[in-house]
Amino acid sequence: MKPPFDDHVSTFPAVQERPATPSAPRRMTLNMGPQHPSTHGVLRIVIELEGETIVRAEPDIGFLHTGIEKQCEAINWQQVVTLTDRVDYLANLSNNLVYALTVEKLLQLEIPPAAQWMRVMMAELSRLNSHLVWLGTHALDIGAMSMFFYCFREREDVLRLFEMFSGQRMMTSYIRIGGLALEPPRGWQNAVGKFIGGFPSKVDEYEELLDSNPIWKARTQGVGFISLEDMLDLGVTGPMIRAAGLPLDIRKTEPYSSYDKFDFKVATRTENDVYARYRVRLDEMRQSARIITQALEGMPNGPWQADAPHVVLPDREKMKTQMEALIYHFKIVTEGFRVPAGEVYQAIESPRGEIAYYIVSNGTARPYRVHMRTPSFGNLQALPALLEGTLIADSIASLGSMDFVLGDTDR
Amino acid sequence: MNHPAIVETISALGETTLIADPARIADLCRYLKDSEKFVRLGSVTAVDWYPAEPRFAVVYHLHSIERNQRLRVKCRLSGTDPEIDSVTGVWRSANWYEREVFDMFGIGFRNHPNLIRILMPLDWEGYPLRKDYPTHGYKYSYSGESTVTDR
Repeated sequence: MKPPFDDHVSTFPAVQERPATPSAPRRMTLNMGPQHPSTHGVLRIVIELEGETIVRAEPDIGFLHTGIEKQCEAINWQQVVTLTDRVDYLANLSNNLVYALTVEKLLQLEIPPAAQWMRVMMAELSRLNSHLVWLGTHALDIGAMSMFFYCFREREDVLRLFEMFSGQRMMTSYIRIGGLALEPPRGWQNAVGKFIGGFPSKVDEYEELLDSNPIWKARTQGVGFISLEDMLDLGVTGPMIRAAGLPLDIRKTEPYSSYDKFDFKVATRTENDVYARYRVRLDEMRQSARIITQALEGMPNGPWQADAPHVVLPDREKMKTQMEALIYHFKIVTEGFRVPAGEVYQAIESPRGEIAYYIVSNGTARPYRVHMRTPSFGNLQALPALLEGTLIADSIASLGSMDFVLGDTDR
Repeated sequence: MNHPAIVETISALGETTLIADPARIADLCRYLKDSEKFVRLGSVTAVDWYPAEPRFAVVYHLHSIERNQRLRVKCRLSGTDPEIDSVTGVWRSANWYEREVFDMFGIGFRNHPNLIRILMPLDWEGYPLRKDYPTHGYKYSYSGESTVTDR
């Protein structure tokens, strides 16, 4: 029978039943980054979700690639130091140090003890700098906002010290081939002593602030597990692997720059979660403070640059009064110095893990090849193993706990 | 260390280098990991010795935690159609490092699960870390066409 309506009204039967829900939950692909604030740089992660569970996570890197390794081949040996600052901008002194150590190994240069101790002190200060930035931003990601202000307050003190030593807050280029860039400034003992004297109590303060926060504990404990075998297989180093109970620390296993003369412990934990990584970094800050105090108290006297006039720029006064010094100055500045042909792989412990430079020289004044084995690149490769199978809500806590720097990853 | 793939052992500046036969690199790496306890692969990289032949050297840096020792394994590859077996089956960490070498030097890795560019854009032409690739890249002329200079 024709319904009592006009002809233009559709007569198709209307849906009378609720559509059946698909039995399997729908998969959703979520693009995170490269502008996501919690990725600490320009990292893009393509996440595939099933409900709230991550089934696949694919990191996409390279947005910050600046061709530093290629640049190194076009400039003189001593000019590369400024580029190494820009690789890992939170641990620039570690990068200066590993580059200087590698080239010095090729040159077979002996570094005076005062310079070695000063290098250790600067490297540890930069570890404090890096861990403070990590702690502040990681707590901010998880929602503990006030931590950020406290950590950056102390970080500012570290940066002021860097400025006092080198004239620069971040891109210090303070550690050079053959020693240090500048003579330590007058009154540096007081400045460092004042900072480091009050620092351990600040770490206690952070610990109390976070550990008495049940939200912090709930969001970090038992989150972000990755097995030790996976970490070794995927090339993870640094606090991540130490939080899984393996005391892998190059400062202890292959001491460089007289680290063997300092008394410190390798911080480890066994829980292997975000909380353990936080505790490892806190302990490392305490140990770094110990090392800096020892360096301050036992700083040897003597020159802060190696006795190698063909490599190290002469003293300004000598350059103006002595013919020999003027010639060396002119030669180093215009042509640079030659490094004997050979290849060296030197690894050190940066705040993020193993940073190593593989440098090949063909006997000229420019590096033939500089390969930077950066810890963030190695660690980031474990991101899928860390995230897959976990909840999306935990992903920020997990990936924040890796503490990567994208400049370090992409170079 | 005794394996048929090892061609030469060099000690210099306190570091040990094994020169290996590129055709059996995966086999050698499996032996070094399982029998010689080099559980960690530090990095994989390459050096371009253009215009010499064999042009490329693929360099592996291994680390044994148990023996507290580092080892360098080097394979020399020809400049025409350079290709070598992937070691991702031995250490999973080789994945990104080999992709980087492919991206920067154009060296192919057989049996690699996902051999695409990693740092450069996917549609990039050329391999930046090759010695015949210019440091100061492309110069654009105002008439519209781009010309490669300094190559």
